[in-house]
Amino acid sequence: MSGSARRHLLAIEGMQPPEILSLLDLAENYALLNRSGKTQRDLLRGRTLINLFFEDSTRTRTSFELAGKRLGADVINMAVATSSVNKGETLLDTAATLNAMHCDLLVVRHGQSGAPSLLARKVDAAVINAGDGTHEHPTQALLDALTIRRRKGRIAGLTVAICGDIAHSRVARSNIHLLGALGARVRVIGPPTLIPAEIGRLGVEVFHDMSAGLAGVDAVMALRLQTERMVRGLVPSAREYFRFWGLDADKLAAARPDALVMHPGPMNRGVEIDSAIADDPARSVIKEQVEMGVAVRMAVLDTLARAARRHAA
Amino acid sequence: MLPEPPPLVFTGVRLLDPASGLDAPGELLVRAGRIADLGPGPHARPDGAVVIDGAGGVLCPGLVDMRVALGEPGFEYRETLESAAEAAAAGGITTLAALPDSRPAIDDPALVHFLRMRGEATGSLTVLPYGALTRGCRGEEMAELGLLREAGAVAFTDGARAIGPARLMQRALAYARALGARIVQHPEEPSLAEGGAATSGELATRLGLPAIPACAEAMQVARDIRLAELTGGALHFAHVSTGEALDLIRAAKARGLAVTCDTAPPYFDLNETAIGDFRTYAKLSPPLRGEADRLAVVAALADGTIDAIASDHQPRDADDKRLPFAQAAPGGAGLATLLGVTLAQVHGGALDLARALSLLTAAPAALLGAEAGRLARGAPADLCLFAPDRAWRVAAGALPGKAQNTPFDGRPLEGVVTGTWKAGRRVFG
Repeated sequence: MSGSARRHLLAIEGMQPPEILSLLDLAENYALLNRSGKTQRDLLRGRTLINLFFEDSTRTRTSFELAGKRLGADVINMAVATSSVNKGETLLDTAATLNAMHCDLLVVRHGQSGAPSLLARKVDAAVINAGDGTHEHPTQALLDALTIRRRKGRIAGLTVAICGDIAHSRVARSNIHLLGALGARVRVIGPPTLIPAEIGRLGVEVFHDMSAGLAGVDAVMALRLQTERMVRGLVPSAREYFRFWGLDADKLAAARPDALVMHPGPMNRGVEIDSAIADDPARSVIKEQVEMGVAVRMAVLDTLARAARRHAA
Repeated sequence: MLPEPPPLVFTGVRLLDPASGLDAPGELLVRAGRIADLGPGPHARPDGAVVIDGAGGVLCPGLVDMRVALGEPGFEYRETLESAAEAAAAGGITTLAALPDSRPAIDDPALVHFLRMRGEATGSLTVLPYGALTRGCRGEEMAELGLLREAGAVAFTDGARAIGPARLMQRALAYARALGARIVQHPEEPSLAEGGAATSGELATRLGLPAIPACAEAMQVARDIRLAELTGGALHFAHVSTGEALDLIRAAKARGLAVTCDTAPPYFDLNETAIGDFRTYAKLSPPLRGEADRLAVVAALADGTIDAIASDHQPRDADDKRLPFAQAAPGGAGLATLLGVTLAQVHGGALDLARALSLLTAAPAALLGAEAGRLARGAPADLCLFAPDRAWRVAAGALPGKAQNTPFDGRPLEGVVTGTWKAGRRVFG
């Protein structure tokens, strides 16, 4: 990202390892800075960051807001009610409005795959994809990688299992691309109805049995299962799902004894993850993921703002 | 009534009539809107005749496009008959069959007359209306097929909507048989296709788009072939896009069933990668397929499994397309690029010119029962003159007509229409 002066962060797919590593290194510094209680409020002084969320997400929005404020940006949250406005005309009208406001950094979450790339073609601001439909969620994958790297010292050579609703998960796609680019082996585990077609061609191993898929892994990511999947008949019931794909102590026993337990949040306790596992301080790094989220977003905002300055100069 | 045009003499042309096998340099004489004579020439020049030097270009019958959605009635913001006629003339098309899933749907004899007359009023285009198979094209009760047929409906279809229930298809095939009319199916198993935006596979998975398995097409084709066999009805599959469906159709033809099909240029010129980076202009229905299916479509054009090439013109305006991919309306503009993209297969060596033009003229005319698509004495002087090797580049925004939603934006092509004549009157060039 630093080298090629990427204008937007829309997807992990297509990013080269040096770009990813420079973001992780910068984020590592910000993580230390955040823990020290210091700030860098001059970096984005006078810059405007707009959080444009077409889907509710308190945690990601807050994380970006905090990241922007710690770097000194003026942060504005535009919550767009999902019910009335998820049409593209409005998306493009919004783009025109944002251009008129001279926004520098635009953080977008949208329920439709590709919506941020549509916006990026129309706005002057640097666009950061904060999750689009079932496509990608780049900053989540970056924060997951940073969390793993801090705990394990590396990414290359590790085996990471992603469990659950792969088909509808932007988190899974971004993680598959990122972990694969950095040399990890990635497995996906879930019921066949929640595994998308030809996912193996993205370089992952597919499992339907949790114990088999978790055997010997270094980290486990449980994905949120939305109740809508039950309604649409992809999974018969929450209790059946938990029985076979919920992450509990029995299934986790197949993983390495020091395997990390991760979840992008918000969790459905007792559906995709057992509370005892989610709250186990020896295994769960879920809170650290949230902490790394702020650091990673600071690194992304910093890097894109620098690229924009170079672009302008 | 317009005054009768003067006689025309085309000289310096390569006459190409796929129906008779004529492919030779020569001349063609037009009188009173009909072809009066053709052959090696030179012919007598009637008094007042206008001589057109074709400069070695190909003179063929005006193209017959058997699948076009018009904006009228109901979607005039996308296309009007005038704008469609402009695009058609620029594409060398002089006859087209119009889909009935407009608003209102063409489910009443008066609407069949309306469309025919609107076509005549353009002076450049014969519009052959399809009749709605079901009232409102809603897929429920059968429309008045007999009355629609009497009014001039060329065949029956629900347009972009698949005829879903097997019992409805069975009755439609049986009933239309007595009327001597085909049923035209959009072959896509509806419950598998519902909500899908791309063909199932690696690319849809990467992009996170709702997907339709390619076999949704073959499943519908297999069922409908069986019903055609049961009823003896005539069945036509539109815009076939997969090798598996084409294999079924090939086998059905070999067994002597009254099954025919067409495809559209995107399915032999593009594959699914055209939708990369969420390009909504390449969002079509059925969706663009993988490369193996594209190659199977090319092979089926060459071996005769596919009976015709239709533009499958589906006009959309910017607001229909400037949406996130899954929400954008499917469909591509196709009138102006029908010939050029087909000729790419000729230049590429997959088809010979006569076969390619047959798929665009005599073959669809025969399927529609239309007096068109021939260079013959006494036939209407609907003509297309083109320079087969002249290069151009497709540009969305610069196409003739209103609809600019071409999936071929930026595509370099060889083959430029230099003139189009309808009943002996020049309508383009």
